[in-house]
Amino acid sequence: MTVQIRSGATRRAFTLSAVGASAAIALAACGGGSTEPAASSAPADGGASATITMWTDAERSPALKEIADKFEADKGIKVDLVVKDFAAVRDDFITQAPSGKGPDVLVAPHDWLGTLVQNGVVAPIQLGDKSAEFAESSVQAMTYDGQVYGVPYAIENVALVRNAELVGETHESFDDVVAAGQSVVDAGDAEYAFLLGLDPKQADPYHAYPLQTSFGAPVFEQGDDGSYDVSQLGMNNDGGQEFAQFLADNGDKGTRVFNSNITGDIAKEKFLAGESPYFLTGPWNVPAIEEAGIDFSVDALPSAGGEAAQPFVGVNGFLVSSYTKNELAANEFVVNYLSTEAAQDALFDQGGRPPALLASFEKAADDEVIKAFGEIGAEGVPMPAAPEMQAVWADWGATELSLIKGNESDPAAAWTKMSENIEAKFNG
Amino acid sequence: MSGESTSTRGAATPARGADGAPRGGKRRLPSGPDSLLGILAKIILLGIVDAVAAYALFQLAVGEEWLVFAISLVVTVGINWIYLRKDGLPAKYLAPGVLFLLVFQVFVMFFSTYIAFTNYGDGHNSTKEDAISSIQLSALERVPDSPQYAATVVEDGDELLLLVTDPSGAVGLGGAEQPLEPVQSAQLDATGKAIGLDGYTTLQFGDILGRQGEVSSLVVPLTDNLDDGTLQTQDGSTAYVFKPRLTYDESADTFTHVGTGVVYSDSGEGTFRADDGSELGTGWKIHVGFENFAKAFGDDNLRGPLLQVVVWTFAFAFLSVITTFGLGLFLAIAFNRADLKGKRFYRILMILPYAFPAFLSGLVWSGLMNAEFGFINNAILGGANLPWLTDPILSKVSVLLVNLWLGYPYMFLVCTGALQSLPAEAEEAARMDGASAWMIFRAIKLPLLLVSLAPLLISSFAFNFNNFNVIYMLTGGGPRFSDTTFDIGHTDILITMVYKVAFGTGAGRDYGLASALAIIIFIVVGVISAISFRKTKALEEIN
Repeated sequence: MTVQIRSGATRRAFTLSAVGASAAIALAACGGGSTEPAASSAPADGGASATITMWTDAERSPALKEIADKFEADKGIKVDLVVKDFAAVRDDFITQAPSGKGPDVLVAPHDWLGTLVQNGVVAPIQLGDKSAEFAESSVQAMTYDGQVYGVPYAIENVALVRNAELVGETHESFDDVVAAGQSVVDAGDAEYAFLLGLDPKQADPYHAYPLQTSFGAPVFEQGDDGSYDVSQLGMNNDGGQEFAQFLADNGDKGTRVFNSNITGDIAKEKFLAGESPYFLTGPWNVPAIEEAGIDFSVDALPSAGGEAAQPFVGVNGFLVSSYTKNELAANEFVVNYLSTEAAQDALFDQGGRPPALLASFEKAADDEVIKAFGEIGAEGVPMPAAPEMQAVWADWGATELSLIKGNESDPAAAWTKMSENIEAKFNG
Repeated sequence: MSGESTSTRGAATPARGADGAPRGGKRRLPSGPDSLLGILAKIILLGIVDAVAAYALFQLAVGEEWLVFAISLVVTVGINWIYLRKDGLPAKYLAPGVLFLLVFQVFVMFFSTYIAFTNYGDGHNSTKEDAISSIQLSALERVPDSPQYAATVVEDGDELLLLVTDPSGAVGLGGAEQPLEPVQSAQLDATGKAIGLDGYTTLQFGDILGRQGEVSSLVVPLTDNLDDGTLQTQDGSTAYVFKPRLTYDESADTFTHVGTGVVYSDSGEGTFRADDGSELGTGWKIHVGFENFAKAFGDDNLRGPLLQVVVWTFAFAFLSVITTFGLGLFLAIAFNRADLKGKRFYRILMILPYAFPAFLSGLVWSGLMNAEFGFINNAILGGANLPWLTDPILSKVSVLLVNLWLGYPYMFLVCTGALQSLPAEAEEAARMDGASAWMIFRAIKLPLLLVSLAPLLISSFAFNFNNFNVIYMLTGGGPRFSDTTFDIGHTDILITMVYKVAFGTGAGRDYGLASALAIIIFIVVGVISAISFRKTKALEEIN
C-alpha cells in the first residue's frame, strides 16, 4: 500500500514542482532585474520605438486618450497610457526611472518637483514663447531652481464657498463672515457658522493656509519673483504667533469656529445638508455641491489678520522623464500637443479644474464658479515644491491640531517650538 | 537510490493486483522509469521552464547583467539536472520551495541588508554617472530673452545639422563640428521657415524619431566660442540658445559654476559639495558602513521615546494575541455545539471582518470613533464625548479594540478547526467520570488545543508586532509625544515609528535608515520567536 501511494505521489509532486520551478525562474529573472537595473525591457539605444509610455490616473485617462489618439494619427507615435494608483506614482517613478522601467511622461502636481529633481528623474522642458499663453502662476509653479519642468494644465486652490440662501451678501473680514454665519445659526437655520474640514491626526495646514497668510506668516520666505527661500522658515514671526492665538481662540475651547472633530468628509456632508452657510474648500467639491442643489457662490476668503489671505495654488502638469529614450517624441507630445487649446479643453471637460492655458480658461470662465476659483488662484501663492516641505507638514499639522483642540496653554510658545523643531530638521 | 526505486516499483505492481484492481494494459505500459504521461508532462513542463529561462537569459545578456545571468544560468541548469535524472526524489520535492525561499526571503533579506549600508533614499537614487548627467541636464539653461528658432534637422552624409530660422527670418546652418553660419539659398515654407537646403537631406519626423538620441544630443555652437551659447532642440522642430550654469570637468571630477566660479567637488558622501558647504541637489548612492545603525541608536531625541514605543509594541502585540485568541476560542466553542441551528450562517457572519481589508477598516473605524460625530459615541454611548483617538490611554484602547475586531475571526477559524479535530472520546470519558464542562475545557481541551495552536499564536504575535496597517490608518500613531521633535506618538509601534523616522522627517525619504531599523526589528522579532518556539516544545510533551 505505502509503495503504491509513493509511486503515485512521485508523479504528482513532479508536476507541481515543475510548475513551481518555471514560475520561480521567471520571478528570479524579474527579481534579478531589480537588483541591477537597466536590465531587460528596452532594446539597446538607437532603435527607438514609436511608442511612448505615460503614467496617469483613472480620472484623467479618458481625456488624455483623445489627445493621444490624435497624436498617433498625426505623428504615428503611439502613446501608451498606463493608469496607476496616484498615491504611489511619485515613489514608483523615483525608484523605477533609473532602471529604465519608468514611463517617458507622467502627470504630476507641481509640488512633487523638488523631490523629483533631487532624484534626477525629470528633465527640464522648453516652453519657449508658449509660456506666455499660460497663467503666470502656473508656469511659475512648474519652475524649479530656475528651470521649467512641466507643461501645466490645471490650477486648483481653495476658496470660500457660500450658501447663498443662508447668507445673501459678501463680507469684508473674516470676523464679519463668522458673525454672519453665527447669526444664521442663532436664527436656527443652520448648525455651524463656518466649516473647515480637519484631519483628525494632522489638522489641515493646506486648507487653513489663507487664514495663516492673512496674519503675514508664509511658510517660507518668498522672493520678489515668487520663488521660495527654503532655508528661511517664514512663519516663525509675530504673525505666526498671532495666528496660533487665533486658532486657539476659535478652537474647541473657544468659539468653536474650528472644530477638531469635523473631518473633511463631515464638513462636506454638513454643507451639502445645508447646515452651514460657509465652507472653505476647493473646486473638487463643486460637482457634489451642484448635485445637492445648493444655491452657492464662490468668494475670496476675507482676511482674518489684516493682510491678504492667499491660498496655496496647486498646479497639475505633464513632466518628461530624464531617463527617457524617446526624448523627441516625449517632448513633442508634451510641449506641442498637451499645451494646445483642444487638449486643455478636453482635460477641463473631464476634471473640472480651471485650465492653466489662458485661452482654455477664458472659455471655461463662462462658468461663474470656475471664473471665481481662477481669479482667487491668481492672487494665491504656489505651494512650495522643495523637498524641505516634507519636513514641515507633520509638525505644522500636529501643532495646529493641538492649538485647535485647546491643548496649548501658551499658543505663541507652542508655535515657536514648532518652528524650532522644523528648523532643526532642516539642519539635521 | 536508483536500484531502490525500481525495486519498489516492482513491488507496487503485485500490490495493486493483490488489491483486486483490474489488471490490463496498464500493467504492461511502464517499461521505463516513468509512465508515458509522466514523461510527456516532464518534457512539457521542463520545456516551459527552459523557454522562460532562455528568454530571461537572453535579455540579461543583452542588458549585460552578467552576475544575474550567471545566477539564472546556474539555477536553470540545476533544475534541469534535478528533474532529468532518475533518482534524487527529495531534491525534486524541495527544489521549488527552496527557489521561492531564495527569491522571496533570502534575496529580500540580502537586498535590505545591502541597502542598510548605503545612503539610498531621496537625493541618492542612482549611480554617480546618472547624477552627473542629470545635474548637467538641469544646469543647461535657456539664455534669457534669446530668440526661439524654428528648426529643421538635415543630414550631410552621416552628420546631422540644424537648419534654423530666427524670428526675423534669417536662416543659419550648423552642426556639432561647425558653428552656426548664415545661409542664403534655403527653401522656405509658407510660414518663412527654412525646410531644406541644396546638398543636404531634410529629415522627416519619422527619420528623426529613429535617431532621437542623436538629435537631442546635437549641440550647435553659436560661434567658435562655446561660452556664447549653443543651439539645441528637444522636439526636432524648435531650437533654443542654451548656456550651462555648471560645467563638469571630467579629469578633476568637479562641477564649476559658470557665473560665480564656485567649484563643487565629490564630498565623499554621495554629493558634489562646495567649500562653503552648499551642495548640488542631485546626489548618488554610496556605501556608508554602519552610519545608519549609529543614527538609529545615537540620537538623543530618539532614545527616550524609543523606549516607550518598544514597551507599547510588546504590550500591543501581546494583548492583541490574548484578546483575539480569547474571543475567537470562546466563539469557536460556543458555535461548535452539535445541536446549534443555522451554524453555517453564524460562522459566515463571524468571519466577515476577516474578509474586510485591514487597511480600509482602519479608516472606517476612525470615522466611527470620531468624538463628536462618530457612531460609537452618538448611537452606542448615547451622545458621550469620549475622545477615542486623541486621548493617550483611550487611543491605545481603541487600537486594541479595532485589532480585536479585525483579528478574532482568524482565531475563530483556527480554533474551530482544532476543536473539531479533538477526539470526542476524551470528552466523553471525562464526562462519564463526572467532570464539569469547565474542567473538561481547562484540563483536556485547552492543553490539547494549545499544542497545535501555540505556533500560530507565536506567529500571530510576530505579525502584530509589525501590524502597521491598523495603527497607521486608525490613529497614525497619535496623539503625539510632547518631548521629542520626531513625529512619534503614544500609539506608535516600532514599525510605524520606523516609517515616520525614515520617511516622514527631514528632507526626503531615507531607505538606508529604514532598512537598518527594519533589520533591528527583524532581529528582535527573531529572538522572541526563537525563545517562544523553544518554550512551546514543553507543551508538546503533554501528548
